[in-house]
Amino acid sequence: MKPAPFDYVRADSLPEALAVLKAEGSDARILAGGMSFMAMLNMRLARPKVLVDIMRLEALATIELRKGEVVVGAGVRQARLLAWEGLTGHLPLIAKALPFTGHAQTRSRGTVCGSIAHADPSAELPLCLMALGGQVHLASAAGRRKVPAEAFITGMMATAKADDEMIEAVSFPVVQGEGTAFREIARRHGDFAIVACGARVSARGIRLTVGGVADMPVARDLPPLEGTALDDALNALAFELDARDDVHASARYRRELVRRIGRATIEEARRCRA
Amino acid sequence: MPRLSADQRHEVRFTLNGHPVCGRAGPRLLLSDFLRHEIGATGTHVGCEHGVCGACTVQVDGMLTRACLTLAVQVEGASVRTVEGLAPEPDRLSALQAAFRRNHALQCGFCSAGILMSLDAFLKAHPEPDEAEIRDLLSGHLCRCTGYTPIVRAALEAAAEIQNSQRELTQGETAHA
Repeated sequence: MKPAPFDYVRADSLPEALAVLKAEGSDARILAGGMSFMAMLNMRLARPKVLVDIMRLEALATIELRKGEVVVGAGVRQARLLAWEGLTGHLPLIAKALPFTGHAQTRSRGTVCGSIAHADPSAELPLCLMALGGQVHLASAAGRRKVPAEAFITGMMATAKADDEMIEAVSFPVVQGEGTAFREIARRHGDFAIVACGARVSARGIRLTVGGVADMPVARDLPPLEGTALDDALNALAFELDARDDVHASARYRRELVRRIGRATIEEARRCRA
Repeated sequence: MPRLSADQRHEVRFTLNGHPVCGRAGPRLLLSDFLRHEIGATGTHVGCEHGVCGACTVQVDGMLTRACLTLAVQVEGASVRTVEGLAPEPDRLSALQAAFRRNHALQCGFCSAGILMSLDAFLKAHPEPDEAEIRDLLSGHLCRCTGYTPIVRAALEAAAEIQNSQRELTQGETAHA
């Protein structure tokens, strides 16, 4: 359980970090909080030749409110976003979901962007990015681009980020006049979700995002359904997500959770809006 | 921009429990192994080595940190606190450690160093916690002996005791003024 050898670069500026990515390509990886990535290094699931530590770049450690969105830089740790005074007012869904991300002992180091780069299908922050329709700001030596959440996460721990790119920030739109709720079932608080649900409810309809079942969090927009019509829609969604059996839960149990937790989350979001 | 090469050991300087220390580490050396094998501070324990069990939890610049998910070279210039820094004097336990002893909050003691570091940081930020908050914090640690209940009891008792002693301290100061 020790990492394979690598060079370590302590980046003093963003261009320096991007220059290493350009020169080394897929042999280089960004190290931020390391709470997911270091575990992968220890288990040798990742064997980069160079690690580029970006946590001394103060310019990346900013939370900014601009033009109806909250932009969270690559150096912002999860505990810092959770303690940000604007979180409940501007990003209520994240305020509800983030306490489920890991434990206090990992949120203190782990970054918001790092969790999104890792793209674990049961993680809360990629789910929130998908639920809110956020954007990922990618930077490379060649330039910058913004990728919408749906296009960024491409599969199980797979993203649209090229080898010479890094996440510079993620942006979450500020949405007003909605009810939001988040619920999750895990074996132990803070463990990986067996099923996680985030709901946004407005006068126009429901947006339910489900994590932990398919290869990536899946968002589904539904009309403002009630009663058995909502049950039927959730049942259809539960089967479409193509749940699988694993050591933590059977596919059937996961479908049951999508139906029940999905419904409970939507109802909680409705009460929150009222 | 320093680039530390994989096949060499590099000097790492940091503060450990208030004292400046220096050791040599290759880039891939984990902070947990660096503390134990290079610095000789064996109070920090190593359990799962992938961030799940919490035994290696230390404080780096005030942040709770899994030492097994941190590289030694990352703490260059940082201030690290480990379980060795908790006792005020060699023959006296801190209020938290004494409460652990009174309440049988440890049996084999393997998980204790990490749990103590978590609770030490937590009680500083939340001086009057309730049981639910303590249990939420302890979800980041595995203890296979105690069933956690004595740990929760010890944490609540220590929090009350620290509060009381601080109150007496401020009252004492007012009396002298």
